[in-house]
Amino acid sequence: MNFETIIGLEVHAQLLTKSKMFCRCSADYASAPPNTRVCPVCLGMPGVLPVINQKAVEYAIMTALALNCTISDYTKFDRKNYPYPDLMKGYQISQYDAPIGHHGWLIIEVNGEKKKVDITRVHLEEDVAKLVHCAPPGGESYSLVDVNRAGVPLMEIVGEPGLRSPEEARQYLIKLRSILQYLGVSTGNMEEGSFRCDANISIRPENSPDSLAKVEVKNMNSFKAVYLAMEYEAKRQRKVVAEGKRLVQETRGWVEEKGETVSQRSKEYAHDYRYFPEPDLPPLVLNREWVEEIGAKLPELPEARRHRFVAEYKLPLYDANLLTSSILTADYFEACMTRPPQSLSPKKHAKPVANWIIGEFSRLLNATNTEINESKVSPVALFDLVQLISEGSISGTSAKLVFEEMFKTGRSPGDIVSERGLSQISDTEEIEKDVIAVIKSNNQAVADYKAGKAPALKFLVGQVMRATKGRANPKVVNELLKQKLEEK
Amino acid sequence: MKLSREEVLHIVLLARLGLTETEVNRLREQLSNILENFEVLQQVDTTDIPPTAQSIPLQNVMRRDDEVACSLPQSQILANAPQRKENFFRVRAVLE
Repeated sequence: MNFETIIGLEVHAQLLTKSKMFCRCSADYASAPPNTRVCPVCLGMPGVLPVINQKAVEYAIMTALALNCTISDYTKFDRKNYPYPDLMKGYQISQYDAPIGHHGWLIIEVNGEKKKVDITRVHLEEDVAKLVHCAPPGGESYSLVDVNRAGVPLMEIVGEPGLRSPEEARQYLIKLRSILQYLGVSTGNMEEGSFRCDANISIRPENSPDSLAKVEVKNMNSFKAVYLAMEYEAKRQRKVVAEGKRLVQETRGWVEEKGETVSQRSKEYAHDYRYFPEPDLPPLVLNREWVEEIGAKLPELPEARRHRFVAEYKLPLYDANLLTSSILTADYFEACMTRPPQSLSPKKHAKPVANWIIGEFSRLLNATNTEINESKVSPVALFDLVQLISEGSISGTSAKLVFEEMFKTGRSPGDIVSERGLSQISDTEEIEKDVIAVIKSNNQAVADYKAGKAPALKFLVGQVMRATKGRANPKVVNELLKQKLEEK
Repeated sequence: MKLSREEVLHIVLLARLGLTETEVNRLREQLSNILENFEVLQQVDTTDIPPTAQSIPLQNVMRRDDEVACSLPQSQILANAPQRKENFFRVRAVLE
């Protein structure tokens, strides 16, 4: 029997507010010592009064609008009760039946095809404390609680189970994160846990409306982990069915080192959150004017920027896509384009600049796990390098070496070129010596060329380039070689 | 309506209470009485009355500025910890 894979993703994103969701403690706990960003509200002391951070509501509305959601006229907070030591109050303030936004969608692209993925809801809640589990050998295991993270504004984005493959799931996450980054509402950093994803995955027989048991997968800390976990689960579930066994509804954790999901022993009782309206927080009536005002201030989103890149810089759609998928890369590219002094038109260099960013630059950034804005190569320096190539001052081969040096040291391409003597030789006389020498010592290739074998010329060009350590202008070498070979 | 013994035990579990048999029986009576009182309230016709989540006539109470203020000193934060280890609260291990 053939099965279809059904995936729905739930994303939690920490919002980039300065202060927490319901108090004035700093929401920036990354480098803070444990239990130093905490007040009586965070601790759930008797008699405290939480107050809603308006900025967080604004960020959630921005996100909901960018995701084409309907914004609720009336929204409120609720208490979600469950016993776990990451909750100081014994409940989490969340939103149950009146989320900020609902019924949205976003467009993903997989294998060149567009697909609309529905979004169920966007709501606000508070993050919980961080637990460190300790199991000393031979001793009783325990957990350590750091309350700094408790109360950081958390936005939950629930997607409909509209995804049909691991790749669609990955694209959905990339797209969603890119939107949050463009909006500037979240860092979207998955490794650091400011952007988290849980997945619901099931399979269903083709042409059947009913899925088999739904499995929730947790602990995926990267886009790659989500992809691999979904791939693993889709296969595992099919295998269980093929073996004639029953699939059970359960929660499974992704174990990165093993490359598999493992059943997490379910709690002895069913989820019973006993939601009820948070009595300390009066409801919000989201006034149309305010929502419209926020909508009018939305920044340019990836989709729009991609189209602008094609129109304004005459870039192929493929390049524009890669450049705009991250706001950092898109900003970097545009910073390069604002470098006009010597150049008549920076836009003339748009394509080669894009090539460098998408190609060699990305390769080095990935290899060193660096973000483009943290790289030592300034946009000005990259533009200057492209300019040097286009003027014919350095060859493509040398440019690669120069760029590697720029990437390592952050020095300007001009300095590197002059110091390492990499400037391109276009002087015919200088190249001629090497051309003659190469012809002399490669009789076989010369004979091949005379016999009409075209690749022999390429080989000879390569030999001259080697002799000049890649500094010769290949065009000049080509012409000179042909000329000399004819003369012979 | 009388609550079943299982229902009471479920609530006890959710509240993480350890009760004796006598307490379970007593609470079963008391909780059932409370529910019966609500059953009386349920007889009121509320067809045209929108549900309310709040009893106070307030809305849109928000902190307009997103400014950070001082947190408590760490010693005070941890002052009431039943158990602590270094600068953390220490709790019994919780199995997922």
